[in-house]
Amino acid sequence: MDFQLNDEQRQIQEMVHDLCLERVEPRAPEIDESGEFPWDIKDLFAKHDILAIPFTPEYGGVSGSALTLIIAVEEISKFCVTSSLILSVQSLGSLPIWLSGTESQKRKYLPPLARGEQLAAYALTEPGSGSDAGGMRTRAIKHGDTYVLNGSKTFITGGSVADTLVVFARTDQDGDTPAKNISAFIVEKTMPGFKVGKLERKLGIRGSPTAQLFFEDVAVPAANRLGDEGQGFKLAMRVLDHSRPGIAAQALGLAEGAFDLARRYARDRRQFGKPIAEFQGIQFMLADMATQIEAARALTYASGDALDRQLPEISVSSSMAKLFASDTAMRVTTDAVQILGGYGYLRDFPAERMMRDAKITQIYEGTNEIQRFVIAREVLKEKG
Amino acid sequence: MDLSLSPEQQEIRRLVREFAEREIKPRAAAIDHTDDFPRDLVAKAAQLGLLGILVPEAYSGAGLGHVAFAVFVEEVARYSASTAGILDVHGSVGTEPIVLFGNEEQKRRWLPDLANGKKLAAFALTEPEAGSDAAHLKTIATHQNGKYVLRGTKIFITNAGEAQLYVVMATTHPGSGAEGITTFLVGGDNPGLKVGPKFKKMGLNGSAIAEVHLEDCAVDETDRLGNEGEGFRIAMRALDSGRIGISAQAVGLAQGALDDAIAYAKERKQFGKPIAELQTIQNKIADMTVKVSAARWMTWKAAALCDAGQPFTKAASMAKLFATDAAMEITLDALQVFGGYGYLEDYPMARRVRDAKACQIYEGTNQVQRVVIARELMPA
Repeated sequence: MDFQLNDEQRQIQEMVHDLCLERVEPRAPEIDESGEFPWDIKDLFAKHDILAIPFTPEYGGVSGSALTLIIAVEEISKFCVTSSLILSVQSLGSLPIWLSGTESQKRKYLPPLARGEQLAAYALTEPGSGSDAGGMRTRAIKHGDTYVLNGSKTFITGGSVADTLVVFARTDQDGDTPAKNISAFIVEKTMPGFKVGKLERKLGIRGSPTAQLFFEDVAVPAANRLGDEGQGFKLAMRVLDHSRPGIAAQALGLAEGAFDLARRYARDRRQFGKPIAEFQGIQFMLADMATQIEAARALTYASGDALDRQLPEISVSSSMAKLFASDTAMRVTTDAVQILGGYGYLRDFPAERMMRDAKITQIYEGTNEIQRFVIAREVLKEKG
Repeated sequence: MDLSLSPEQQEIRRLVREFAEREIKPRAAAIDHTDDFPRDLVAKAAQLGLLGILVPEAYSGAGLGHVAFAVFVEEVARYSASTAGILDVHGSVGTEPIVLFGNEEQKRRWLPDLANGKKLAAFALTEPEAGSDAAHLKTIATHQNGKYVLRGTKIFITNAGEAQLYVVMATTHPGSGAEGITTFLVGGDNPGLKVGPKFKKMGLNGSAIAEVHLEDCAVDETDRLGNEGEGFRIAMRALDSGRIGISAQAVGLAQGALDDAIAYAKERKQFGKPIAELQTIQNKIADMTVKVSAARWMTWKAAALCDAGQPFTKAASMAKLFATDAAMEITLDALQVFGGYGYLEDYPMARRVRDAKACQIYEGTNQVQRVVIARELMPA
């Protein structure tokens, strides 16, 4: 048993850390304030091959290890969760292609994503189908060699900036019953009939565009279908097994960033003639925060290791990591604001932004209530 | 990163799991009810070579390290936390100080018998007036005529009265605090060592916990472990890795409670279906599963760091804090899943709740763990 990172992971961790400390941290408050997608950070990440981390070398990438991706996302998130989403979504949007694409689909779409010339997005959620993907209404009707897509998607992270989108649509003909037949398609933003609707105004991750997408008679070549017809739901779930550790990594990095801030502040801030870090009330808060983070890290790395080793329990380990790390991020960021006191509540310090950013990690890629459902279903099944 | 158990560690897990199911599970309730020390189980564990997991092979041990030790303690604690506590104290804080700090003669004298179970060990640090503040213990060791004479009282000593070896901390330089403490190896047959009556406790029944009185207890100079003044460091080092064992005990308790809760939830029908189909029960089971898993990883991480010779004090304290708090929460939740039946002593759920409480208290209360963690996070 060995919990050490390997050389590749340590190098990437160090490189991402140094880069983000120098270039991302100073931009984080502006990105939050403006709510604009940070193209400069995207270019920076592309230039340093950070966007190539999710991809194996044969498709122009530099790693392809789930654990290595976790390490990178964690480092970025210590400074700016919004920026970490550029990498996470690049991975999320390309995972369906990587997991179920044909060789020619992979050769066509993955290298430009690995180089960061193009951005990816993953379009599953709809106004009427969030946690329950079976309620999907977007439909793809086959006409000869093309599918015609009609419908809309909502809450699509990076949807307005993406070049390549994986869109899930029902390929059955029945209107209102639960979708029986869902398929996945690679949609390019230049395809006629694809439209980006309004961007949402959000509590946090403000520089990460959350878009509504509309599909009006979008003709998608049948060659862009991922896997067989009807395999989309299974693929969507597999993708989430792979992507949830990334959300856990975000939450983990966020919690670590907030903890570091709180610890530094507690050692500097003097009240009653000494640093508040010398009061046991504050010490115990910091000890509990650090212990929760250690637990979250253990689960998150274990889920990455399980993915890399393709262990059978990846659904449970991914859900456990996502659930625990995001709940930890919420608690730790809230406590960090508390330790900073009145200053923590001000926009001048990053603590309140971290707390706002933490909330989303409990919600997206499956609410934490869905994670509990997934975990319970698996453990109740396996002990049968 | 390699988060898999080695073939040897997997073999320990298989061996202990099989032993625990066959021998411990049927005895666990009786051990709790009678409060009798389970000598038979200790002897059977010894036959399987489980008493010397941390003892090097050169001294007849298994020489397997702390991950294997944690696996062993967890599997025992799934069925009987008190039996796990007995074996943990023996194998960890009772034995490891000699492995780490003993001279060749001391190792040859004690370790083979400790490893094969001819002798059982205890660790005597805590005193009535020196609990969390162990540096201010009052037991005095006076050096005279080539011997040390120990005088004082130790309290909350696990395996008291059953052990043939007591690792005793006493001050050789009163008033010097931590720097004056020295460690001694005291035989259970020493006429100056007297054990008080077994305490009646909330839980961990079967485990003998008592006062140990040192009344003009003379020990040879050769029974001093390490140098004079080195005792506090020896004790803290023993407790650092001891915490891995307590974490593993808590993980086992929690896993046992979770296993029973899952089985019961699938069997118990209310409103026409198994309660496992109710979302509130599912949520409890999900949260319990996550906490056990996190606690186990933290325990193994501390153990792996220790085995790799890296600093592990913070990791061990975090594991102890997290795993024992998790065990308390999980055993209470598991009892709740059982409803009224959980409250009955006919089922193991109530016993586990009683046992779990001890884990939050001994080998450093969880408040002391937070002090240790905070100190590691913010060195002066």
